[in-house]
Amino acid sequence: MYPAAFDYAAAGTLHEALELLADGDDDTKVLAGGQSLIPLMKLRLAVPAKLIDINGVPGLAGISAPNGHLAIGALARHNDLGQSELIAAENGTMAAAARWIADPLVRNLGTVGGSLAHADPQGDWGSVMLACDAEVIATSRARGERTIAVTDLFVDFFTSALEPDELLIEVRVPRSKSAAGGTYLKLERKVGDYATVGVAVHLEMDGDRIGRAGVALTGVGSKNIKATDAERLLVGEPPGEELFAAAAELAAAAAEPRTDVRGTADFKRSVVRTYVRRGLADAAAQAKSK
Amino acid sequence: MTTETIHQKFGPAEIGGIGHSVKRAEDDRLIQGAGNYVDDIVLPGMLHMTLLRSPVAHAKIVSIDASAALALDGVVAVLTGEALAGYNLAWMPTLSGDTQAVLATDKVRFQGQEVAAVIAENPYVANDALELIDVEYDALPPLMSPQDALADGAPLIRDDKDGQVDNACYEWEAGDKAATDRAFAQADHVVSLDTHYPRSHPAPLETCGCVADVNPATSHVTVHMTSQAPHAHRTLFAMVTGLPEQNIRIISPDIGGGFGNKVPIYPGYVVATAASLVIGRPVKWIESRTDNLISTGFARDYYMQGELALTSEGRILGLRVNMLSDNGAFYSDAQPTAFRAGLFHIVTGSYDYPAAHVVTKGAYTNKAPGGVAYRCSFRVTEASYLIERLVQTAAYELGIDPAEIRRRNFIQPDQFPYTSPTGFVYDSGDYPAALEMALEMVGYDEVRAEQAAARERGDATQVGIGIASFTEVVGAGKGSEYDIAGLRMFDSAELRVHPTGKAILKLGVRSQGQGHETTFAQIVANELGIPSTDIKVVEGDTDNTPYGLGTYASRSTPVGGAATAVIARKLRDKAAKIAAHLLEAAEDDLEFDAGRFTVRGTPDQSVTIQDVALAAYSNLPDGMEAGLEGVHYYDPPNMTYPFGSYVVVVDLDTETGQWTVRRMVAVDDCGVRINPMIVDGQLHGGLTEGYAMSAMQFITFDEDGNCIGSNFMDYLIPTAWETPRFELGATVTPSPHHPIGAKGVGESATVGSPAAYVNAVIDAVAHLGVRNIDMPVMPSRVWAALQSQAG
Amino acid sequence: MEITVTVNGAEQQADVEPRVLLADFIRTRLGLTGTHIGCDTTSCGVCTVLLDGTPVKSCTMFAVQADGRTITTVEGLRTNGELSAMQKAFKAEHGLQCGFCTPAMMLVGTHLLENNPEPSEDDVRWAISGNLCRCTGYVNIVKAIQAAAGASAGASATANDISGSAAGASATADDMSVSAAESEGASA
Repeated sequence: MYPAAFDYAAAGTLHEALELLADGDDDTKVLAGGQSLIPLMKLRLAVPAKLIDINGVPGLAGISAPNGHLAIGALARHNDLGQSELIAAENGTMAAAARWIADPLVRNLGTVGGSLAHADPQGDWGSVMLACDAEVIATSRARGERTIAVTDLFVDFFTSALEPDELLIEVRVPRSKSAAGGTYLKLERKVGDYATVGVAVHLEMDGDRIGRAGVALTGVGSKNIKATDAERLLVGEPPGEELFAAAAELAAAAAEPRTDVRGTADFKRSVVRTYVRRGLADAAAQAKSK
Repeated sequence: MTTETIHQKFGPAEIGGIGHSVKRAEDDRLIQGAGNYVDDIVLPGMLHMTLLRSPVAHAKIVSIDASAALALDGVVAVLTGEALAGYNLAWMPTLSGDTQAVLATDKVRFQGQEVAAVIAENPYVANDALELIDVEYDALPPLMSPQDALADGAPLIRDDKDGQVDNACYEWEAGDKAATDRAFAQADHVVSLDTHYPRSHPAPLETCGCVADVNPATSHVTVHMTSQAPHAHRTLFAMVTGLPEQNIRIISPDIGGGFGNKVPIYPGYVVATAASLVIGRPVKWIESRTDNLISTGFARDYYMQGELALTSEGRILGLRVNMLSDNGAFYSDAQPTAFRAGLFHIVTGSYDYPAAHVVTKGAYTNKAPGGVAYRCSFRVTEASYLIERLVQTAAYELGIDPAEIRRRNFIQPDQFPYTSPTGFVYDSGDYPAALEMALEMVGYDEVRAEQAAARERGDATQVGIGIASFTEVVGAGKGSEYDIAGLRMFDSAELRVHPTGKAILKLGVRSQGQGHETTFAQIVANELGIPSTDIKVVEGDTDNTPYGLGTYASRSTPVGGAATAVIARKLRDKAAKIAAHLLEAAEDDLEFDAGRFTVRGTPDQSVTIQDVALAAYSNLPDGMEAGLEGVHYYDPPNMTYPFGSYVVVVDLDTETGQWTVRRMVAVDDCGVRINPMIVDGQLHGGLTEGYAMSAMQFITFDEDGNCIGSNFMDYLIPTAWETPRFELGATVTPSPHHPIGAKGVGESATVGSPAAYVNAVIDAVAHLGVRNIDMPVMPSRVWAALQSQAG
Repeated sequence: MEITVTVNGAEQQADVEPRVLLADFIRTRLGLTGTHIGCDTTSCGVCTVLLDGTPVKSCTMFAVQADGRTITTVEGLRTNGELSAMQKAFKAEHGLQCGFCTPAMMLVGTHLLENNPEPSEDDVRWAISGNLCRCTGYVNIVKAIQAAAGASAGASATANDISGSAAGASATADDMSVSAAESEGASA
């Protein structure tokens, strides 16, 4: 309930934040929304020696569409994404996902950047960004900016590809060039529960065939899972029930669920199958209506 | 939706007597954040205590080294079992006649058990110190189910008890075995059900805690604590510590929810008091949520095997129950002494049949102690669940509609008072009326037709209807039958009317949100005609209230409310004599209505109760004692029996097992309703807790003894989003033996609703062969049940 | 570390360790005990305060993060000696029982109405889905928040009695004709 002691510094600029990170060590952590980190600290499961508060760094919370992609600042709060008219118009997967994250209060403080950097296999944005083929921009004092595809970002259980001195500053999601649709389905026992299963689906059409397909899974592995076999099956095909059922089978096979209090591995796999099937139908219907 | 229209309102609104939905007096401070909960209390020099808990479920303690913790700046003391043993406080008696470790000495017997206490200047340092205490454990095999605990060769958990040779905790039975065996021999059908009512926890939003304040000059002890039963706690403190009872004061301030969690005496209270005694400064102990869930009184955990003997027309001939309970490491149930399984023997339910036999056994396991909690009315939750699930099962197996099978078996209105096969005397009831109202409200026939069509089509989403027609037993209780730790379960009310016509009412019960400051004032208002807003109600301070057994098991209105009505009537009798004196009339010539005494036939010859109150101090008849006050200790002649019928409609996704409640219709009868608004509030809360139990809530353990369910990420409390909407109906069947005809209602909904929800879910997939799914009925369990039918 | 926080309109200066939780700072350092603590996993929401007007869980923030910012607690709802419409509505609609979750609910409700003056029942339930209650089943909390908005039809009368029924927006049955079964010996 009461965390161990730590040193604290609040950065007023990005430069300052990077300096503090560079001068820190493995026990230095970034404090953004804190909605994942602080609970761990209160239970003393995380005991950072130093926290660098980046909430005061300007220019990291915007949501815009500069050049063919959606640019979402790492400090954009979950609720900002949920309320964004731009996102609602542009990307059904992102628009659907925001409301599934934690609860309204946590969504007021938690950030998309923090969520992705945390690499929790229960993180909803992780699957959304995998399905949307997003990338993140990370920067450090020593090496400057680099782009990391989200497919390379999640290394393992709570382990991202970010270096200890790097700060994730932006998420970039490609804009759909043609009719597109997407959704996020989550089986949770109550608002705020971790996902028993979460499924992100994103489809872009190419004429009357599927041009791009993204299917990614939450809570059924040691990290968020991109169901690439399912995606490959979908590309180039006209949407249809049988196709979606077949893709759902491949997605279920790609899942690595574990039996726990929320259900057996078989159950979770079955929900993956059902949700992918339903999600694809929903996404296709959205794309058709555009 | 409150059904105001049917409830009789006694007297005019301005007086706020029984039947009026008077706004709550306690709200004024609570809506301003000015409540006074235990953690709000700050005393000069106060220290903070936190408890070190065992990480393992079963182990010998080899050594405890607290030297590093003691050396930490800000740490004032570290107490261990060894230190407490010096004061004979390492063990304490439980309310069920067992003993419980305060701080472990020889062994730890459940994960989360209290091992040491750190007392420090602030809770941050106290928690730092916890990490510096070095405990060496020698692990022992943990026994994580009562079946494993009772198996041959199982290691002994309670090797501290002389003469304990196994892990059996108690045995108890009720009813008549021979008569029941005969009934079963005659039956056309025997329907059976094995079900586990899982371990859950009352989890009020305020955790347990205290500020123990021993005055170093006088050794007088004041303990501000989360207590539903302050007087009983004071007496037990005196017995456990040996401190003189007149110098112990328990103050139970505002409580943020009880639900039975705040009835037991927990080690934390005892250690904090000992620490304050030893150190000479106040010591505050507020447990964390994890402490609360992992160690304080859990609820339920009953393995129930039930059998119904029936005729081919579905008439019940007899009931047989074998029950095994998981009591955890210490038998600490807070329940009347004579009943080892609480009031579980109400399991015969709302139905008329002559024979039942109930055999109950308890086992020790390596889990936290408890069992009687979470709005259970002393195990009536378990009993009601079993009988209502059995009746539903019988309906399927005999091919009789679930509503109809209940109609055929209900105790009829003209059969009351009704003696059940296990010896309860039900005071009054009209079960058919409640069921018919619920069925009409839900549109039963239409939903059944909809269900039939959906089944015909084989829709992916199916409809289910669940019924529960429960009978509750509350209001413990008659002193010759009901006692807790030897203290008879009477309750009390002390009423004093002031010269200016206002009054103060002091009670032996203790609200934790039920609104006593309002409802008990209404009882007085009803009898004396003093406006309820002119009456101050005081509870919780043992120096300033009459002795009572506290608030749990829905007993406040049946027992404390009766005491209040009786003393108010006694004062009214005295007031009548004073009024006669003031009016120079004969007492027999006076009429009393809405706070006014009038000479019959001459309406201008009257005095108000306020006039009388002043006269009680200033103008008395010769020889009459001054004042207008008195105390009454009420010994109830019987329990009271609230009842109801609940009907739930669910929509169930057969592909994922998810289900949602489309309708929840609850018809309740708690006799006369003092404050319909407050009654409805109690029902809303109980229906929600019942939903939680049925859908998502349990504490479980892995085979290593780790508790899963010791925080709110694992032990789930539903939010406003998934909680169903409720439709309330009511009937009023007064209790014939209660002074105001009221029965108590706080727990009816938690007793009756789980079976209704679960019956609905089972009903949605019964056509596919599913007969039972144990709670919590999570989607994974529905899916698994469907898979095992399909396979 | 020195911080300056504006709490209920008044500037507070304090020197706190970085690890002091905002909820603890409010309760212990400022003595404002209307903000409560109910869990240790950021699950229950009884610690909710408004941070620059937005509801957040104060147990999952450090006091040092509030430097330079404004906080509103339940104690700040009452202005110029007058209870807020939300507070009055909670009493009128029996929106509380033990009162432990009530400050949080009222703050979230207040924020909701600032952005959505006529919320539907779903809107309210969604807005409070981060705040647990064990006593009320949420029914009257929803009614109270809607009543505060004036969105509830037939809002409660003043003084002691609810005459008639408070309809609210809940999906409830209409008044049914019911039977009041009286047995012998019913009391006066």
